[in-house]
Amino acid sequence: MHVNLRFFAAIRESVGTASLSLDTGAGTVGALRDELIARGGAWAEALARGQAVRASLDQAMVDDDAPLRPGCEVAFFPPVTGG
Amino acid sequence: MSPTAPRVSIQTQDFDLNAEIDTLRRTDPRVGAVCAFVGTVRDRNEGQSVATMELEHYPGMTERAIEAMIDQAFERFDIFGARVVHRVGLLQPLDQIVMVAVTSAHRGESFQACEFLMDYLKTQAPFWKKEQTPEGARWVDARVSDDAALARWGIEARNA
Repeated sequence: MHVNLRFFAAIRESVGTASLSLDTGAGTVGALRDELIARGGAWAEALARGQAVRASLDQAMVDDDAPLRPGCEVAFFPPVTGG
Repeated sequence: MSPTAPRVSIQTQDFDLNAEIDTLRRTDPRVGAVCAFVGTVRDRNEGQSVATMELEHYPGMTERAIEAMIDQAFERFDIFGARVVHRVGLLQPLDQIVMVAVTSAHRGESFQACEFLMDYLKTQAPFWKKEQTPEGARWVDARVSDDAALARWGIEARNA
């Protein structure tokens, strides 16, 4: 299915893009992250398991098991530091 | 609070706390207490001097997240109005970053709601700070103590 990706802060800088649209075979946010890690290079480093990475689905914070929907917006970013 | 007044603003420009409080309380004679918090940019962090700070956010999600936090504050505390303004972009030491203001009949509810909103915002609103120091730029690390602050309200932060 087709999904829209967003990246923020240090992760955006590492992967070198703020947004990306792609077709994925992943069914969940966590599987999508693994698919990106499998690209290797900066992707594998920035999103590596063990790195502090948070995710949102359609602009709400989610865990790895959140199911993807066609056309959804998924974002990966570091822990938040506002306030 | 005027029904048309926005509860959340994300903006590059500075804010005027007095004007914000005035908007929040001037048409609401039930109010007997106003509690406000303002966060400002420090010139030092983690032992290094900070020349500037740049704030990035996730447009759309940030506003939605803070709106949801305010909804929760209204559910938990007997408050009449709440206002959150957060700046983004390039800031310098002494600049204001964020304000939270809450109104209620008595002080206890607005004190609590103000702290609740700040604790929530620190770990759940998508903002990221990048500091310029003499040794170069660095992204600010999330603090475990901020997760602990939200845990006091019975909410697991899972941020830092």
